[in-house]
Amino acid sequence: MLQMKDVSKVYRTEMVETHAVRDLTLEVRAGEFVAVTGPSGSGKTTFLNIAGLLEDLSGGEYKLDGVDVKGLDDRTRSKLRNEKIGFVFQSFNLIPDLNLFDNVDVPLRYRKLARGERHKRIETALERVGLASRKRHYPAELSGGQQQRVAIARAIAGEPTLLLADEPTGNLDSQMAREVMQLLEDLNAQGTIVVIVTHDPEIAARAHRNIHIVDGVASDVERAPSLSQAV
Amino acid sequence: MFAYDLDLARRSLRRNPGLTLLMIVAIGFGVGASMTTLTVLHVLSADPIPGKSQKLHNVQLDPREADGYIMGQEPANQLTRSDAEALLRDHKADRQAIMTGGSVAVEPQRPGLSPLRIRGRWTSTEFFPMFDVPFLTGSGWTADDDTAHARVAVISKPLAEKLFGSIDVVGFTMRMESTEIRVIGVIDDWHPEPHFFDLSMGAYNVNEQLYVPWTTSRDLKLGHDGEMTCWGEEKGDQLDAGAPCIWIQYWVELASDAKAAAYYDYLVNYSLEQFRKGRYRRPPNVRLRTVTDWLDSENVVPSDAKLQTWVALSFLVVCLVNTVGLLLTKFLRRSAEIGVRRALGASRGAIFTQLLVEASMIGVGGGAFGLLLAWLGLWAVRHQPTNYSALAELDLPMLGATFAIALGSSLLAGVFPAWRGCQIAPALQLKSH
Repeated sequence: MLQMKDVSKVYRTEMVETHAVRDLTLEVRAGEFVAVTGPSGSGKTTFLNIAGLLEDLSGGEYKLDGVDVKGLDDRTRSKLRNEKIGFVFQSFNLIPDLNLFDNVDVPLRYRKLARGERHKRIETALERVGLASRKRHYPAELSGGQQQRVAIARAIAGEPTLLLADEPTGNLDSQMAREVMQLLEDLNAQGTIVVIVTHDPEIAARAHRNIHIVDGVASDVERAPSLSQAV
Repeated sequence: MFAYDLDLARRSLRRNPGLTLLMIVAIGFGVGASMTTLTVLHVLSADPIPGKSQKLHNVQLDPREADGYIMGQEPANQLTRSDAEALLRDHKADRQAIMTGGSVAVEPQRPGLSPLRIRGRWTSTEFFPMFDVPFLTGSGWTADDDTAHARVAVISKPLAEKLFGSIDVVGFTMRMESTEIRVIGVIDDWHPEPHFFDLSMGAYNVNEQLYVPWTTSRDLKLGHDGEMTCWGEEKGDQLDAGAPCIWIQYWVELASDAKAAAYYDYLVNYSLEQFRKGRYRRPPNVRLRTVTDWLDSENVVPSDAKLQTWVALSFLVVCLVNTVGLLLTKFLRRSAEIGVRRALGASRGAIFTQLLVEASMIGVGGGAFGLLLAWLGLWAVRHQPTNYSALAELDLPMLGATFAIALGSSLLAGVFPAWRGCQIAPALQLKSH
């Protein structure tokens, strides 16, 4: 599903050249739940941005679901991102002016689905995260955990094959964090690939596999025994 | 998607009503000022006789003294009586009319009304078909009437109503300068603006209500209004046939460019002949201008109207620059939302369109406000003591132009901020919010 080979990302200014990611080679397969760990500034988020087609890579090769993304124009990248990828962010990133229904509707609008199809998907996604009854509420009226569940509903409404989560529990208390993790695990159990960036060893331990990034280099790959046997 | 963009624009504009109002007011003031002055300019520079303005030509000759002659200089802008009558006799154009303006006292037939001072035009038979004068009843006079110095007149609808209380007055007589004159036609309200065929009485708001054959007017020694330039020693009446005075307008209708060229050659030959005879002291100096060229050469549109338009358009630019700044601030403040939308699948093009739709909604608001201001501005112009003030009305084309300018301006103002907005790097925004 996600194949990176010798991927590098360099940020250049007039004075400095920063290698955020270098020679990153990894593969995430269908059905996997992968945690990306590493210290702050190690390149985890850059990896996630490249994986999510939010940033271009400086070198190497990246194939998403068999499509070589290097050199794709903005329109094609956006379409690919919309159809294949769901995002969950640490700070939820819900649009405050839109109610829950309309927030979940955002990615579906860019897919140009028919109204009936969109409504069905929104209802289903909100039901899945247990917030269907609050669809007319606004983000500010919800707790942090509820907001993150809405963000997950928004991410899954488009039925992506890959869910990228950047510290999804970072702003939540432990009870809410557990609920959110349970939700992500349920989604993974139903076939969605989940790649989660985290600092939290407890969360990393729940993944099938950990990818450890230090100084932009994926230095350590551990495979969970159960998945190792399965693959 | 357009409906979605409209809905997002509506929500966004409602989020900061103060800022939205400020932008609408800025565009509205710019559009209002521009439309007020552009409407005045549009009215002043309008084609007074659409469809015929390229066929009708004003004749200029140069019978003036040799003193002060400079090669290539503009000839006199009116004709002498002898030249105009000679051209009329030659009858070389498809249609032609000699004319001048004047005022006469008319004695009403209805009891209780005092004599009226009426502005009129002393002209020849082809004036009416040449200028498409609209008749309500009756018709103009014939060439025979011209020859016979007939005591006939064509009058305007308001004058007919004033004098006789009706417009069915063909055959009625009226007293003018102690002479009985028979009414043979009543014309509808007809005021070509500008009053192109005689600018010597002012270009606008010239209200002529009476038309009398040229020959009759000379018999009755009807007076002359407007510019008159004479040279040489003063001998006798300035309105006499041989007087060295220019005070007559002469218009011809020529159906094609070839005919216009031939008529021009005729005028040159006529001038040359007069020069050889010693009557003209200057070599042939002729102009044969269409209505449009004639109005341009006479600078009919007041220079202050042009200046005001430039000032107002500059003001619109200032308003737009301010709106660009406000839109830029507004869009960049929504970087986080734009980042989220990009992450969720919006292309740069989709974001650009969304932001431009929002800018055009401001344009529609600005257009509506600008229209109100333009209406108020034109109301103020109509109360100014200028001869064209009464014409300052917003017509349908200018109404359309108001909205086109407002929408075009706001789209123009929205392009740069929208472009900046769609360039926002989503990755940076998603991490920082």
